[in-house]
Amino acid sequence: MADIENQHAEPGGNAVEIAGLYKWFGTFNVLVDVNLTIKRGERVVVCGPSGSGKSTLIRCVNALEDYQRGKIFVNGMELSTNLKRIDEVRREVGMVFQQFNLFPHLTVMENCTLAPIHVRKMPKREADALAKKYLARVKIPEQADKYPGQLSGGQQQRVAIARALCMNPRIMMFDEPTSALDPEMVKEVLDTMVELANDGTTMVVVTHEMGFARQVADRIVFMDAGQIVEINTPQEFFSNPQHERTRLFLSQILK
Amino acid sequence: MTVTSAEDMVFVQRVPAKVLPPPVTQVGAIGWARTNLFSSIRSTVLTFFTAGVLVWIAVPIIQFLLIDAVWSAKDPTACLPREGHEVGACWAFIHERIGYFTYGSYPPAERWRVNLFFLLLAFGSGLMLWLDAPRRGLGAVYFFVVLPVVSYILLSGWPLIGLPRVETDLWGGMLVTIVVATVGIVVSLPIGILLALGRQSNMLAVRFLSITFIEFVRGVPLITVLFMASVMLPLFVPPEFSPDKLLRALVGMVIFAAAYQAEVVRAGLEGIPQGQIEAAKALGLRYWRLNSSIVLPQALRITIPNIVNSFIALFKDTSLVFFVGIFDFLKTIEVARLDPKWSGPNTSLTGYAFAAIVYFFCCYLMASYAESVERRLGRADRR
Ligand SMILES: Nc1ncnc2c1ncn2[C@@H]1O[C@H](COP(=O)(O)OP(=O)(O)OP(=O)(O)O)[C@@H](O)[C@H]1O
Ligand SMILES: [Mg+2]
Repeated sequence: MADIENQHAEPGGNAVEIAGLYKWFGTFNVLVDVNLTIKRGERVVVCGPSGSGKSTLIRCVNALEDYQRGKIFVNGMELSTNLKRIDEVRREVGMVFQQFNLFPHLTVMENCTLAPIHVRKMPKREADALAKKYLARVKIPEQADKYPGQLSGGQQQRVAIARALCMNPRIMMFDEPTSALDPEMVKEVLDTMVELANDGTTMVVVTHEMGFARQVADRIVFMDAGQIVEINTPQEFFSNPQHERTRLFLSQILK
Repeated sequence: MTVTSAEDMVFVQRVPAKVLPPPVTQVGAIGWARTNLFSSIRSTVLTFFTAGVLVWIAVPIIQFLLIDAVWSAKDPTACLPREGHEVGACWAFIHERIGYFTYGSYPPAERWRVNLFFLLLAFGSGLMLWLDAPRRGLGAVYFFVVLPVVSYILLSGWPLIGLPRVETDLWGGMLVTIVVATVGIVVSLPIGILLALGRQSNMLAVRFLSITFIEFVRGVPLITVLFMASVMLPLFVPPEFSPDKLLRALVGMVIFAAAYQAEVVRAGLEGIPQGQIEAAKALGLRYWRLNSSIVLPQALRITIPNIVNSFIALFKDTSLVFFVGIFDFLKTIEVARLDPKWSGPNTSLTGYAFAAIVYFFCCYLMASYAESVERRLGRADRR
């Protein structure tokens, strides 16, 4: 099964390739010559000060934002303005948002099966089974028939993760998944993400949770003012940061 | 500074305090009156003033509508004023012409068809308005597919199955008012939804057309739209299909209502957080699926009270179709009150009072429904 899936991938096996990416909001240059390659199975943590363009960058990868210069490849497919291509890419990329963004009028189960049924054209029974499997994986199988409003923040975020997983994406992206949570719920969500990482899922995570970054990241990308100023392994990044902006950032965030 | 002794800082209850019944000012009629009507001199004065105004207005109305009213009579002279005897509302007039007010000139032998239509419609509306009804999908099929077809056959007739044709010229009264209002409501809502979506479309042409349509229709009075529909519509279709008068009025009504529904729906669309749309896009949902499964269900739910309110306005506006020669409920009263047979002095007033009561009753029902939905949505939000 895994082998069949792999045939889709480019020879190099890159999950995401970003080359010379520029983006402007009006006249404001948010992303400045961003170059980044993420291999399949790799876990990349993106961090940096507020407003440095982290969200904008990962939103470009699944076409929630457009960009004006440069190229993005997802699983070897070039992202273009072609709507069909955008749909294809979005099916490959799962996204988890800071504000969960669950659909409040649908049950947890319906949240999870909506896209498999309507986008993947999966029979309902199969989609239900899939949803049950992933809800069990994020450890809330018993909440399937509740509405999102009846769950705690941590539970909602885990449903959001399960919902994204139900599309069997090749890449999971997280945009500050724990920033909107009460402190006591951060751990349950991070634990879920660590488990995902241990299963070999390709992950791009924007987060300020440095403990998580240390534990699971293969590489840490540090952004400032729309540019990537340093990419490094966690050990080097924390103990021997190269760029002065990184040192300043770390000294602030680690006190 | 004094040093507090240990006893002052520590307290242990030895005997439980007694729970007392509430004071009179809290409960019962007296308590209610005291807090609501006579809590201060100003409120007492206002209470008496309001009571005075109410009596001043209500007494003559009750006198006219109930006490002095002529309830039934063999012949119209009972409604004529007599020496030393006040006459009020002439309900006998309403009683005699109620068939006309309900069916217009629909042939009496065929009026059971109208009654059956009323029943089918009431059943369908009940299904639609009952938000927790089981199998709402089936209810919608009944309301939007079965009901229109059956009603059309039932009301216009189909000689093949033994229902003689009844030309729409003969339709009138409440039948026409309800047909115009229902068709206006049911057809305008989907069009309004499409217009509201069109107004937010990324495609410039679609957006331009939607905005032009909405703003143009909203910028002219309903009567203008009705006249335009009845004069201009025949110009666009071949003469052999010349749409009949009622159909033309219906088209005008739908055009007018759709523009208003579009704005009501737009307000609902704007209440949906951007995050919902982004999450749906990120899952790969395309435009129509995203709107039909994620945006519209949420937007329409919060919009139900406003939609019903615009239905109320539409229901009252149906009375304007008489300008294009259609005998709606109000027009039938207007015609009947001039009948020389009922030349009593109060015939017109009775007719108008009757119309007011009927319109009020219908609109009040709709408003109460809107309010109950609103309360329910409020509860759901607090969950
Ligand atoms: N829709 C928009 N229109 C204009 N400017 C925007 C828009 N979205 C973001 N920006 C600006 O782009 C810059 C980058 O924003 P972005 O959200 O990517 O930052 P971030 O690194 O994710 O920050 P945070 O840690 O606060 O989430 C910010 O200066 C922001 O004000
Ligand atoms: Mg951000």
